[in-house]
Amino acid sequence: MTSAAVAEPQRYLETQIRWRPVEIAFWLATLLPFVLTPNYLVLASQIAITALFALSLDLILGYAGIVSLGHAAYFGFGSYTAGLIAKWGWGEPLTGLVIAAAAAGVLGYLTSFIIARFRHLALIMITLGLGLLLAEAANSASWLTGGADGLQGVRMWKLFGVFQFDLYGTTAYTYALAVLFVCFLVARRLINSPFGLALRGIRENAIRMPAIGAPTRAHIRKVYTIAAVMAGVAGALLAQTTETVSLETLSFARSADVLVILILGGAGRLYGGLVGAIIYMVARDQFSGINPQYWYFWIGTLLVAVVIFLPNGVLGGAARLVRLGRSRA
Amino acid sequence: MRACARSTWVARAMAEALLALNDVRAGYGDAIVLDGITLDVAAGGSLAVLGRNGVGKSTLLLTIMGFTRVSRGAVVWRGRDITRVAPHWRARTGLGWVAQEREIFPSLSVEENLVVGSRPGRWDLEAVYGLFPRLNERRASRGNHLSGGEQQMLAIARALMTNPTLLLLDEPLEGLAPIIVDELAAAIRRMTADEGTAFILVEQHTEVALSLTDDAIVLERGNIVHRARSRDLLKEQATLDHLIGLRLAEQPNAP
Repeated sequence: MTSAAVAEPQRYLETQIRWRPVEIAFWLATLLPFVLTPNYLVLASQIAITALFALSLDLILGYAGIVSLGHAAYFGFGSYTAGLIAKWGWGEPLTGLVIAAAAAGVLGYLTSFIIARFRHLALIMITLGLGLLLAEAANSASWLTGGADGLQGVRMWKLFGVFQFDLYGTTAYTYALAVLFVCFLVARRLINSPFGLALRGIRENAIRMPAIGAPTRAHIRKVYTIAAVMAGVAGALLAQTTETVSLETLSFARSADVLVILILGGAGRLYGGLVGAIIYMVARDQFSGINPQYWYFWIGTLLVAVVIFLPNGVLGGAARLVRLGRSRA
Repeated sequence: MRACARSTWVARAMAEALLALNDVRAGYGDAIVLDGITLDVAAGGSLAVLGRNGVGKSTLLLTIMGFTRVSRGAVVWRGRDITRVAPHWRARTGLGWVAQEREIFPSLSVEENLVVGSRPGRWDLEAVYGLFPRLNERRASRGNHLSGGEQQMLAIARALMTNPTLLLLDEPLEGLAPIIVDELAAAIRRMTADEGTAFILVEQHTEVALSLTDDAIVLERGNIVHRARSRDLLKEQATLDHLIGLRLAEQPNAP
């Protein structure tokens, strides 16, 4: 009987982890830009990087309920780490990526001790404060970061010693997409584990989770560190594919953007950040083409419309449509 | 239930009781809610906690789970002093708790609610669905789509999935239709008879509570004012009337 009891929850989670056809279709569709819009591969790589950043926010916001207005801290930290390594003469992309990920993870782990103590409004203020702190530190340490001019002189070597980072973004998009996919697999595995389920319990009732045996703070520290690593990887990808790092990577605007993207797509759905990033980045590209000065006006309109009509984001709305369709049929 | 001399208390508690509280003073921040609580529960035993509203019944359970500030005394669990031990460790070593507010996870499905805290033992999905067939029917429903009675069943079932040695039940029958009260009372009876799970039951339904338990205590302003065998107390209408201020006959939903 004991062995059956151990197996049962795992069996339940295993049924959740099977790939649905719509997921396979989504990932196949990410290859379409190579064929359909080869002139937009630079934008596509930016979307993939932003999607990874949003995915990392989804882990803490969508699953563990940690609202952050300073998530760019880890993005920017990863970005500067990767940029500096390349600038100091080690331009190999993959090792740079790993080192940047580790650096962002260490920063995430250290700050997670503060994060795990707070909830709600206090948490928003603290993450905002931490983000601003780091951005200002980077600004004043211009000897290291280049300050407002950005980090110059980042030169990347060929990926695997073969693929040059080209102007068309072919290598950049391939690289960013592959890294995004690997990180997505990790996130998906994590969410469909007992740990992932416990995180959702913490989101719903952090104070009482310990009553069923889950160490709330330890779980929060763990997921926050993992999310920081992923944000750092996203930042490193940006530094490596653009061969420059600016203060913008640490800015409040970037933290706010990624929050908007996640809410737009639908938090707590794993694909929300990905879909949100596609919609947001394409919309920004189009709107700024139409009206370069006022594109935030349209982004604002889009956001208000989504929150009013699709309170659970685009994916939440899509899921509701599917349910309605099924109940009619 | 024994009132022991303090000098021998800890030794005896460690030797005999599953859970023992010794002269516990507890509360929230600076506010003291419980003062001088001493009690113990044997393995497989059961205890009813009675009293008027606001006398500290829920706080007693919260203190056992580790959610209050204990400023004096000791909580001994399976022979170990756990007064300063974190709640999640208490849960992992066999303390289960069903909160008064039920506190199920609203956006998780019934099955997810059950799986989230599950630990190996005799209570698995099959066993709790056997105890509450209604939950099996609604296994895919979200927590917040359940009726009050179903939510209460889910809260108890979720606590059972952690395979507790001692289950703390905070007014599990409150606000439920009489037929559901009977159903839940039967489930609690079966749970203890078949599985030997010890429990502490805080309940306003005095008669049901006394019929389910071995021993009973009555709380008054944060202290224990009466101890008795449950079946004896059930016959002492005058004592109950005096202590709890409610005649059994006048109780709503009393079967």
